Amino acid sequence: MADLTCRIAGVTSPNPFWLASAPPTDKEYNVVRAFEAGWGGVVWKTLGEDGPPVVNVSSRYGAISYNGTRMAGLNNIELITDRPLDVNLKEIARVKKNWPDRALIVSLMVPCDEQSWQEILKRVETTGCDGVELNFGCPHGMSERGMGSAVGQVPEYIQNVTTWCKKHTKMPVFVKLTPNITNILLPARAAVNGGADAVSLINTINSITSVNLDLMAPEPVVNGIGAHGGYCGPAVKPIALCMVGEIARDPECKNIPISGIGGITTWRDAAEFIALGAGSVQVCTAAMHHGFQIVNDMKDGLSNWMDEKGYKTLDDFRGRAVKNYKNWQDLDMNYDIKAVIDHDKCIQCGLCYIACEDTSHQAIKAERKGLDRIYAVVDEDCIGCNLCMLVCPVDTCITMKRVDNGKPYLTWPNDPRNPAHKKTG
Amino acid sequence: MSKVAEMPSDSEADITAARLRPEQYAENFSDMLPPLDRNRAITEASRCLFCYDAPCIEACPTSINIPIFIGKIATDNARGAATTILSSNIMGGSCARVCPVEELCEQACVRNTQSGQPIKIGQLQRYATDHLFSSKNPQIFQRKPATGKKIAIVGAGPAGLSCAHGLAREGHQVVIFEARPKAGGLNEYGIAAYKVIGNFAQKEVDFILSIGGIDIHYGQALGKQITLGQLRKEYDAVFLGMGMGGVNALGIESENLKGVESAVDYIERLRQEKDLATLPVGRRVIVIGGGNTAIDIAVQTKKLGAEYVTIVYRRGAEEMSATDHEQEFAQTSGVLIKHWAQPRRLIGHQGQVTGMEFEYTQLDQNGKLMGTGDTFTLPADTVFKAIGQTFVATPLQESGRDILQLTKKGRIAVNEDGQTSLQGVWAGGDCTEGQDLTVAAVEGGKVAAIAIDRALKEKKNG
Repeated sequence: MADLTCRIAGVTSPNPFWLASAPPTDKEYNVVRAFEAGWGGVVWKTLGEDGPPVVNVSSRYGAISYNGTRMAGLNNIELITDRPLDVNLKEIARVKKNWPDRALIVSLMVPCDEQSWQEILKRVETTGCDGVELNFGCPHGMSERGMGSAVGQVPEYIQNVTTWCKKHTKMPVFVKLTPNITNILLPARAAVNGGADAVSLINTINSITSVNLDLMAPEPVVNGIGAHGGYCGPAVKPIALCMVGEIARDPECKNIPISGIGGITTWRDAAEFIALGAGSVQVCTAAMHHGFQIVNDMKDGLSNWMDEKGYKTLDDFRGRAVKNYKNWQDLDMNYDIKAVIDHDKCIQCGLCYIACEDTSHQAIKAERKGLDRIYAVVDEDCIGCNLCMLVCPVDTCITMKRVDNGKPYLTWPNDPRNPAHKKTG
Repeated sequence: MSKVAEMPSDSEADITAARLRPEQYAENFSDMLPPLDRNRAITEASRCLFCYDAPCIEACPTSINIPIFIGKIATDNARGAATTILSSNIMGGSCARVCPVEELCEQACVRNTQSGQPIKIGQLQRYATDHLFSSKNPQIFQRKPATGKKIAIVGAGPAGLSCAHGLAREGHQVVIFEARPKAGGLNEYGIAAYKVIGNFAQKEVDFILSIGGIDIHYGQALGKQITLGQLRKEYDAVFLGMGMGGVNALGIESENLKGVESAVDYIERLRQEKDLATLPVGRRVIVIGGGNTAIDIAVQTKKLGAEYVTIVYRRGAEEMSATDHEQEFAQTSGVLIKHWAQPRRLIGHQGQVTGMEFEYTQLDQNGKLMGTGDTFTLPADTVFKAIGQTFVATPLQESGRDILQLTKKGRIAVNEDGQTSLQGVWAGGDCTEGQDLTVAAVEGGKVAAIAIDRALKEKKNG
């Protein structure tokens, strides 16, 4: 059986599945339930400085339902913890003492001055927690007070705060990045330059999930009006994967450990993040949708898959997909594939036909034999775009087969059709 | 009780009303398939793959664009869904309830192959049409300016009403001649009560008539109060949609014994009965036949409190014209289906049927049905004949001669437009050949309405 032990930035946990800093990790009660269910670690919901009140409103969540699937995307307008600092610290200390094998990271967000960070770090250190995560990502409410993503969107602030934190604590420092920025590498490099032990990403994305057409206000509607919130859940996974991959392959990020976050719902999602370089993974929406028991399948499924592939530890496949994540110009211009429809598996829905006919290259022929509908690929016209395979509701009914055209691997810079190449050549 | 093992046999007919507690009638005759609520409908609609060249459309006799209407339900546009349905099939509401969907649209659904479970098209259609009919303004059609043309329609059943609505929409004036006191045809008089609860048939008729331009004259039967010749003279066109008036006989002795009844007649009484507790029903009921009428009479008598209900059919389950789904429904309702047996003789006592003798059947080497010679007897208080209905052509005769051409099977011959051999006379529904389904009758009326409208316009232009 595969060993799921996870080591990242000096923090060890029995498995890579952590609960992200969010409502599920706001209290000892929830966190203990999570550990009982088998989660490898938690990032405690963000603590702020003692004093200024944090007020949360009702309601706090909006969601996207897609084709009958609820919470395909989730948006929240909740702020950091609204419980007193010392209550949180006492609970954190107790939980760490009772669950020494689990990772317990504490998320922090205080005003952007050295003293504030120094003070909170001093107090958090007393809990015996395994590390801190700097919340530079929260896109609503706290950012209006100059914290959260207001810091995360300015790389030099990130570097400054990270430097202060590294100066004032021996605990590993995770820097949580906001995706609400054009180029994720800039804040990531700032964190690296500030001495961060790891980066966590992505935080939530600025979003309006829907507009209530009766009230004419964005959801979730709070007494007639709405504010933008932070978007997460399965819908954001592709965006998160891309940002994780960008950092993992960036030489200036110097292989900084990554705690991957963003729409992770299954063991397969987790495996994908790890293959793109993530150390641990953090989960929130899936747990908020189905409860903590989902970790059972996450562990079990990942372990079974690793056994099947012959991976004994997470390090055996960590980052394995990074070297294959390139830019478009590095792709093989000569690679040729054609769609093949397996008529024994075809249920005759015609989705491949109409997708190709209306929106692609008219490379599927529709024929009728009595009541039977026969859809067949016209090889000369098929440009190998995958669309038919993607719309087909039957697994492996449409596959893409490679055509051996005898041509060598040809990148765009070397392609004679490249106008830049012509100029220089 | 030990008597369950053997069917009791005595000569006293046990036919009585009020076999059940009053509340049991309401329970037994409640909705056979409760409607989907909004959430279930949207979830189910979301399963639709939205096929191109969808097989379900082809399987629907009225060619409803099923993927389009289901897509509209999925986006919470139930009114739009109903508009799509009713534009192809004005009786989409009753068809949603009575269509044998498992042999039509749902059988063709590609989800059968993909996941073993078709989309519940019938239930979704009901959801959409129910939504429209219960909305503030259910009218989705607009009648065109009056053309001054008058069309006579015989029969206010699904074919006649469908034709009437199609013509009224085009601005023609329609007069329907209906022999019975109510419109709706088999939806009102023939469909099992638990399939169309809550007076739905009349609500649907009201919706159809609300387009305007349609008058119904009740108590007007062809060959009695009116004649075809007279209608042809007085109207610009005539549509015949009078259905099937006759019931097949068993063709054995003693059919006139008391207690030997037509299933169709009894269902009609049941459908018109306000208080089902007053309807007498036998304790031991035999139903002869293998179609949906046999199922309907068997299940309804069982639901009225009959103790033993046996359908006897001369061939096997697969040959029954009642769908598998209907057969299963009968069986789970407590009806025994006895296959491979044919009636041999009725047994009576003092003019009242007391039982029936059957002969086992089998197929001979050539696949022909034959009696085995072995017999058995079932006791009965009532024997229902449900072996099919026939079209009665006599009202169409003049001086004892058919004035329009009939098919070999004795129904009115029509072309693909529903036109008969007589100039200006169209026909559709069960009086013509076809599937003998509500949905097929609606299509027959629809097709004829289009043809009549075209003919009248051509006449005007020519």
